[in-house]
Amino acid sequence: MRLGVLFSGGKDSTLALHKAAEKAEAVCLITLVSENKESYMFHTPNIDVTALQAEALGLPLIRKVTEGKPEEELKDLDAAITQAINGFKIEGVVSGTVESVYQAARIQQICNRLGVWCVNPLWKRNQKALLEETVAEGFKTVISGVFAYPLDKKWLGKQIDEALIQKLVSLSEEYGLSPSGEGGEIETTVLDAPLFKKKIEILDSEVEAQGNSGVFRIKQARLTEK
Amino acid sequence: MILVVDMNSTENPFGFHEFVLPIVSIAEELEKCTVKHYLEVNETSLNGYDNIILSGSALKDTVTFDQTKRFMWLKDCGKPVLGICAGMQTIGLVFGGRVEKCREIGMIDIATFKENILFSSTLKVYALHNYALLPSAEFNVLAESANCVYAIKHKQKEVYGVLFHPEVRNIEIVKKFIRAFQVDRRI
Repeated sequence: MRLGVLFSGGKDSTLALHKAAEKAEAVCLITLVSENKESYMFHTPNIDVTALQAEALGLPLIRKVTEGKPEEELKDLDAAITQAINGFKIEGVVSGTVESVYQAARIQQICNRLGVWCVNPLWKRNQKALLEETVAEGFKTVISGVFAYPLDKKWLGKQIDEALIQKLVSLSEEYGLSPSGEGGEIETTVLDAPLFKKKIEILDSEVEAQGNSGVFRIKQARLTEK
Repeated sequence: MILVVDMNSTENPFGFHEFVLPIVSIAEELEKCTVKHYLEVNETSLNGYDNIILSGSALKDTVTFDQTKRFMWLKDCGKPVLGICAGMQTIGLVFGGRVEKCREIGMIDIATFKENILFSSTLKVYALHNYALLPSAEFNVLAESANCVYAIKHKQKEVYGVLFHPEVRNIEIVKKFIRAFQVDRRI
């Protein structure tokens, strides 16, 4: 099965790519760049890093800009998947959705209309276990966005390791956050993973934060040997 | 012991993770669980299981619709069975029903028409199907959406089917089915 992977560059889509590649052939990445920071469908911080990640993975990237208006953005996703079907002969689309029926249903609808498989390797998985799996598999992932109390700028740019997972789990129990940020509480950027042929080195970055909302923006980065 | 039957086509290597494992996670909170692919299941492989859950499958996957002969064990196994989505549709076909095109994807409102052990009143459920089941007269309809039948029970047997995916947003329904037929083996 030839697969196109919906790819935001965060831990979930990168882990979904790895799981898909174990059993089928991942042939391209599909990235929607949303101009709407509040988009429920497509994550925004460091979305431009996906070009570097695609190069590190050795996979072509279909990149499409969307205004990010609810439902309208689905037409842009439909167009991007259509481009992957025509250009790379994909037979299925991989998504890193874990819990969101909003996201899952919309991707399923588009895949169904276009006649391709919709593959969700992380669907309903335990969120703490998924975080731990990324660490155990050797992912180097940094927190690139926080969007919920009591998270703040101290978290931005931090690498996800066992200790950080424990803190996130404690907060999830106390404040009802989703530990893996499935509810949009945190966003992440993957700098290295097993399928990366090279790793990403951040040369310049900035933190932009106010209260419990902020982003860690990668301004300049390059690929280096692993 | 629960038997979860994987209803996914061998053409789709990902169906197990998406449609079977979430059921196993719920079931294992209550009972030990074994998974077998539907191609491995027959009359002789059901010994030792107290109840059976047939999983759903991907939207593109209707492989079991044409293989009802492989599921004839459903008629005489004498065990409680819950079919989910493709599982329900396959149960319905085995007992003489038919399927027709009906696409519903996302959260759907359904209403209960007949008292039963799994749910009551109205509820929101996660739907993911291209076909609805028109069950034979051997079944009572337990629930419907505005468009189609959503839950059935065989009139004489403890054989249930739900068109929606309770493992996604209604996990209590899976637990109620398991608890209703749990066998207490304590001495």
